[in-house]
Amino acid sequence: MNHRLQESMSLAKPDAKDLTGKQKVSLFIGILGLFILALALFNINLPNQGLVLFFALGCIAVGIVLFSNDAYLNKSKGIKNDAVWFKSISSRGVLGWATGIVLTSFYIVLYFFPQLLGLGKNGVSNTGLIALFDPLSNLLSGRPASQWFVYGSLYTIAILFFGYKFILKYRHNRYQQLRTGSVMFFQLGFAFLIPEFMYRLNSNLPYYDLKSIWPLNYYIFDEWSVKGFLSNGNLGLALIVFGLLSIFVITPILTYKFGKRWYCSWVCGCGGLAETAGDSFRQLSSKKLSAWKLERWLIHTVLVFSVVMTTAMIYSYLGYDSNKFWLTKNLFIGLVIGFLTILFLAVMIFKRNELGKDVKYGAIGYFVVIGLLLIMHFTGTTNEVFFIKGSTLRSAYGLYIGSIFSGVIGTGFYPILGNRVWCRFGCPMAAILGFQQRLFSKFRITTNGGQCISCGNCSTYCEMGIDVRSYAQKGQNIVRSSCVGCGVCSAVCPRGVLKLENGSVKGRINSNDVLLGNNVNLIDLLKR
Amino acid sequence: MEHIVIIGNGISGVTAARHIRKHSSKKITIISAETDYFFSRTALMYVYMGHMAFEHTQPYENDFWKNNNIALVKGFVKTIDTEAKTLRFESGDSLKYDKLIIATGSKSNKFGWPGQDLQGVFGMYHKQDLEALEQFAPNNTICKRAVIVGGGLIGIELAEMLASRNIPVTFLVRESSFWNGVLPNGESQMINRHIKSHHIDLRLSCNLKEIKSDENGRAKSVIIEETGEEIACNVVGLTAGVTPNIAFVKSSSIETNRGVLVNRFLETNIPDVYAIGDCAEQRDPIGNRRPVEAVWYTGRMMGEIVAQTICGNRIPYNPGHWFNSAKFFDIEYQTYGWVFAKPKENHAHFHWKHEDDTKCITIEYNTLTNEFIGINTFGIRMRHEVFNTWLNEKRDVDYVIDHLSEANFDPEFYTRFEEDIKTTYKNQMQNI
Repeated sequence: MNHRLQESMSLAKPDAKDLTGKQKVSLFIGILGLFILALALFNINLPNQGLVLFFALGCIAVGIVLFSNDAYLNKSKGIKNDAVWFKSISSRGVLGWATGIVLTSFYIVLYFFPQLLGLGKNGVSNTGLIALFDPLSNLLSGRPASQWFVYGSLYTIAILFFGYKFILKYRHNRYQQLRTGSVMFFQLGFAFLIPEFMYRLNSNLPYYDLKSIWPLNYYIFDEWSVKGFLSNGNLGLALIVFGLLSIFVITPILTYKFGKRWYCSWVCGCGGLAETAGDSFRQLSSKKLSAWKLERWLIHTVLVFSVVMTTAMIYSYLGYDSNKFWLTKNLFIGLVIGFLTILFLAVMIFKRNELGKDVKYGAIGYFVVIGLLLIMHFTGTTNEVFFIKGSTLRSAYGLYIGSIFSGVIGTGFYPILGNRVWCRFGCPMAAILGFQQRLFSKFRITTNGGQCISCGNCSTYCEMGIDVRSYAQKGQNIVRSSCVGCGVCSAVCPRGVLKLENGSVKGRINSNDVLLGNNVNLIDLLKR
Repeated sequence: MEHIVIIGNGISGVTAARHIRKHSSKKITIISAETDYFFSRTALMYVYMGHMAFEHTQPYENDFWKNNNIALVKGFVKTIDTEAKTLRFESGDSLKYDKLIIATGSKSNKFGWPGQDLQGVFGMYHKQDLEALEQFAPNNTICKRAVIVGGGLIGIELAEMLASRNIPVTFLVRESSFWNGVLPNGESQMINRHIKSHHIDLRLSCNLKEIKSDENGRAKSVIIEETGEEIACNVVGLTAGVTPNIAFVKSSSIETNRGVLVNRFLETNIPDVYAIGDCAEQRDPIGNRRPVEAVWYTGRMMGEIVAQTICGNRIPYNPGHWFNSAKFFDIEYQTYGWVFAKPKENHAHFHWKHEDDTKCITIEYNTLTNEFIGINTFGIRMRHEVFNTWLNEKRDVDYVIDHLSEANFDPEFYTRFEEDIKTTYKNQMQNI
């Protein structure tokens, strides 16, 4: 029996629930903005590009703001999920699929056919959509736009204005507001404006979004990137040192104190888009056990791939002679293997119990990486690793992981698979942070004694597909590596059962001592 | 192998089954006439409101039951033959058991109102009620107005449900203020105002006289007892409480009163027959608890205990300190310990309310010993564990007020009110 009530099969009017008049007008204004961009795409000659661009982006922004105001400001503060599963866009209806297809096509064009967007190559000036963005790019960095500038601008607008929508939706919840303000700030400042200004200061510096950390930023240690930094004096050196500190020092400290949420739902750009523009799709993530299994294999495979790939990349451009540069191939491979071994042993000795059954998988992962690195070391040549050209490995990673996984599937499939597909199944950074969150962090979601009524709102609205309810109804705290700490489970809980907390590491996973309401300790009974 | 048969696949029966499976490899069968799989009854409202699809209310994936070797049978038990240890179904089938757990929950009260069985008149308890609501009140063109009869937890949820589809609601409440048999006056008044702020036509001190039918046997209006006013409507929700769903037990030799009578071990008068959850009635009430407790949590707790007994560790049902929760539109409510609508003898209430009219607390305490008895909290989440500890330690009210921040369970960065509460408390004490 189909429990999607009032389902409409109509293509013309797929939504069972009507939009208000104001919402229709807002939608029209927003779509007008997109329509102007589409006109530019088809190379229709638009006069006064700067003004047209401003008007088009303005329409999109105003449309979203007016829509949000009408949707939330006239209602009482509180959870606003009415009709989520009746709306075509948010329940994999006709509009959802259509949006998914449009987004996916956009990503394919963006990554693989930028000339269709009007990218001028080899000094030829831009046309079409990209040319429309030239005035803005010139204003910020003094150079013509690229497809990445167009993408970055639209991305930033999406985070800023859907962020506004999210803040209104959760105007009773300060955690949600601050978190959203934070991702809006980091996207606008760190990902969008600062790199453009940096280019103005020093046009030889590689594009560097300071908050994008290896291995999410998989190109930071590429030869061109490292050379770019090193050939730019102290500023460049400082940037690459910051890149190293980010992953080896800053990240572990912050994750220990706050869990991976400090990054994934407060800072990260991918997370930022997921939490704002993607918020309407969070309920579409699969909560099946099978999806969880797939997730764990997939994300850790990507992590292994990215570690090996990065090592191979760096390895391939290092020399053998320590007189030329202190870091040689031999020293480097030794350092990597040494670091991984210390990490592995430390985890196996101190955190064996927490890992439980996963010890085996951790060991498999470790030996696969070490094995691959050794094979590479003994079979590699100056320009070949794994018998293929080093750069081929890097392009394969960039293509399959960087483009297809994170962009085409990760974002294009928002309306089908939910808004955190990339973060959940593919992001190697999330894998590292999650590993640490599971083993060395003060963060957990506390369950409030026996108050859970198993309603399922928490699980339904978990964008990472965690079956939060399965823990909450047993009175257990939730300590999961994939949790990005968005706090929505806690927000939608109608009984006040869940709270995101940083507390003492001891007793964080409390399955042995839970309060459910009976005046006997059932766990003691179980042990008898 | 011993065959444990459980009638009812709600929280009580399913918890019992899960715990029996944890402790043993006995053969387990769960029978339900309502649904194929266990779902969370408390979440039905969110299906109608579109927050969740029905399958999201099912806490376990469908293969869970097979994987855990728990057999599910869909059928309606008509009679129990305790001599032959056999259940007979409406379909004519029968099933033998070695031990039987009755966990059939409740049904909506109907107090003999004229027209109570018309089409478009139903409670909000079973999944079938949700389906009826969907049929008779899919939107505000088919259902131009709904009338809800009975001001309790289900009534206010039904009002919220209908309001989510912009269906005008008239809410008839017998009492002079919403749920004031349970809530102290300050809280009850605050909820009255909150209900009205959601454009619900709240009618206090109003009883239903009769429901009028149109020519097709569908409800078309209700008449109010006190005023004789006729209110046109398409749907009438009967939410004046629930009663144990045990009609099929009456013909057996199992002793019943309002519910199936059980002792502290949840055993009925017939050996190897147990009753748990909403349908069980304690022969000797436990503390301040009512003999029949139709609450999610107590159902779950009884399921946990009966599983122990069935698996050979016979222990009494010994619930800890009372707790409960609900949500009234946007306002969450939690309670720990006992707060009565009117303070018991030698008890008093301390009441604090925030000026925004969506947050308040009431603490009941003993005026002779100052002992903390219980707290109601609205719009501020508090920790179950902390209050459980304080109640165990018999803390006094001053200690609770001074340490209230330890109990706070609101999300991070929320405004805190402990200082304000403390000041109000100190001022009130000075005035006494």
